[in-house]
Amino acid sequence: MDSGIGEQTGLLEQAAPTTSDEQVKPKSEEAYALPNKPLIVIEPSRGWAPVDLRDLWAYRELLYFLTWRDLKVRYKQTVIGVAWVIMQPLLSTLIFTIFLGKLARVPSNGIPYALFAYAGLLPWTFYSSSLNSSGNSIVGNAHLITKVYFPRVIIPAAAVAGRIVDFAISFTILVGMMFFYGVSWTASSLMLIPLLLLLTLFALGTGMWISALNVKYRDVGIALPVLIQLWMFVSPVLYPASLVPPAWRVVYDLNPLVGLIENFRAALFNMPFNWRALAISTAVTFAMLIYSAYAFRRMEKEFADVV
Amino acid sequence: MRPIIRVENLSKQYRIGTRGPAYRTLRDALTGFARAPLERLRRNGHSNSETIWALKDVSFEVYPGEVVGIIGRNGAGKSTLLKILSRITEPTEGYAEIHGRVGSLLEVGTGFHPELTGRENIYLNGAILGMTKKEIDRKFDEIVAFAEVEKFIDTPVKHYSSGMYMRLAFAVAAHLEPEILLVDEVLAVGDAAFQKKCLGKMGDVAKEGRTVLFVGHNMAAVSNLCGRAILLDKGKIIAEGPTEQIISRYLERIRSSSLSSDLASRRDRRGRGRVRFTSVYFEDKEGNPIEQGVSGQPLVIVLEYQSVDNRPLYNCRVSVAVYDSLGQVLFNCSSELTNNEVITLPPKARIRCVIPRLPLSQSQYLISPFLEVNREIEDWIEGAMILNVVDGDFFGTGKLYPEGWRGKGVLVPHKWLFEQ
Repeated sequence: MDSGIGEQTGLLEQAAPTTSDEQVKPKSEEAYALPNKPLIVIEPSRGWAPVDLRDLWAYRELLYFLTWRDLKVRYKQTVIGVAWVIMQPLLSTLIFTIFLGKLARVPSNGIPYALFAYAGLLPWTFYSSSLNSSGNSIVGNAHLITKVYFPRVIIPAAAVAGRIVDFAISFTILVGMMFFYGVSWTASSLMLIPLLLLLTLFALGTGMWISALNVKYRDVGIALPVLIQLWMFVSPVLYPASLVPPAWRVVYDLNPLVGLIENFRAALFNMPFNWRALAISTAVTFAMLIYSAYAFRRMEKEFADVV
Repeated sequence: MRPIIRVENLSKQYRIGTRGPAYRTLRDALTGFARAPLERLRRNGHSNSETIWALKDVSFEVYPGEVVGIIGRNGAGKSTLLKILSRITEPTEGYAEIHGRVGSLLEVGTGFHPELTGRENIYLNGAILGMTKKEIDRKFDEIVAFAEVEKFIDTPVKHYSSGMYMRLAFAVAAHLEPEILLVDEVLAVGDAAFQKKCLGKMGDVAKEGRTVLFVGHNMAAVSNLCGRAILLDKGKIIAEGPTEQIISRYLERIRSSSLSSDLASRRDRRGRGRVRFTSVYFEDKEGNPIEQGVSGQPLVIVLEYQSVDNRPLYNCRVSVAVYDSLGQVLFNCSSELTNNEVITLPPKARIRCVIPRLPLSQSQYLISPFLEVNREIEDWIEGAMILNVVDGDFFGTGKLYPEGWRGKGVLVPHKWLFEQ
């Protein structure tokens, strides 16, 4: 509210000149063949309700428009625009290659370290930026939540969808690097498709949950960047998972990103897959997704009152 | 004929304080958790003491093609009702069913992004309001023409004037075609000419046979648009029926509650509430309290206020709006217009607004005081006090204002020049 004067004098000065005989008259009754079942039923929800998929489908265009808005605004507001998407993993790769690859001599399974690191940073950047933007998405879109109805899940989902586009753009650099280092594509690269799908679902599951928690507890938003940073070091982004002592692997593999990132590299460089880790990742991803869907539903009814 | 909207015992409870910055930090939750068993013991079943019913057992029906106005004071529950029917927030109790597609306009321009162009915002805003891309494609030219922004359609809206921005925002909203439209005071936008156009469009919507629920402060607009009205007070329906009848009951209630100048107990107020008006009364120029104003004579409006703490109030803005008995604003006296310096006030005092020559004819008026401290609204009470005005010699000719003109608009000092 920028001005009290505006608020007070904002009332209309003069109404439209409608004469009384122009007043509203309902049309003939036949014009309204109302269906027996109401289109919308409003009542307090009880307990745990699942996500309403039919409702979600009806609003699919909004998912597209919100994703499009996020991308458009993100690229429009920066000077070099889309180039940032490529710059971020590329610069990180450069720095890590110098310090970890050359100076600290971190092993990279016989693959040039730059390629090794980029192949890890690509899925990691996708996941971490998805989690970061979806985690803050509900709070950031408070003005929509309090003024109009739509399935709330669309907001964190659009944030993840926007990062898929970023991923696709930075993937082209990977293709270039593979060519440069003379690494050839093999049939095992087909595994990239289910791996990416899992990674997206995991990002969606965690992002939804964080976004809803963030509405109620603002600490979550502050803790998120710290958590993301720590998470990178317990995931095989800059080092191979084989560096971790076997005795620790039991616990280490519980991090679903281990199975996803390690197998992402395996798919690219035609190395043996770690099926055990992948099975854990898959199980955790679906458990997380189902839990988040319910938890989100339970928390979303308070969004408009709290946010 | 069956109702298109059926509402049964709808209620909404808020925890007090939930409407402010309600989010909690983890620390609050943890300490709250630790304290919870103790609290429960202490409260001993009086757990409802911290909640308020914004809406309580509201039931009504709306038939297809009806335009129903919802009126009531600030805090009566109008917006809460609209938010529940729009599915933005859930009711605590009760049931409602709606037989049709709903479009709700709680504000115009929801989701407009300043960096995006007019064209892009039309699509984005349309999608947010529930239109499909096909629908927007079809109506695009019409929307642009209605908003009168053809030349700037590919310019980012951050470069728009506020008038253009509001026109574009309303144009999108006005082209929604749901069976049921829920509207909340969004017409309070733009210049008078555009407001007329909007109201005209709303009238068209009604004539097309669509059902409209219209929450309004402007009684003239409500009586023009709505065939039936519902009066809410403190979350309950207290009257329902033909618009004119309900409006006059509403105005009567405002008048009767305004007679008591004890404002501390008034709940129909907006603002943060750390500073509150406690009383409003009138004085003549000698400082004697008076019951009524006199046309053309000085009138001093005295506002007493009190702050919850003892700190001085920095950067204040005070205003008093004067409404006629139909709820139309006649004029607004604001310290921002008259004073250039930054106003700092003590935590508790009286403020006087001096009107040297009262420009009102004999009638009843309503006074709405408003106080802002450091850019935040602290208190604002609509219809806080009735101002009775009796006729006086405004023009200095000993003649009184004609009876048929009384209470309409304001008196303007003027003179006539005649050639001999």
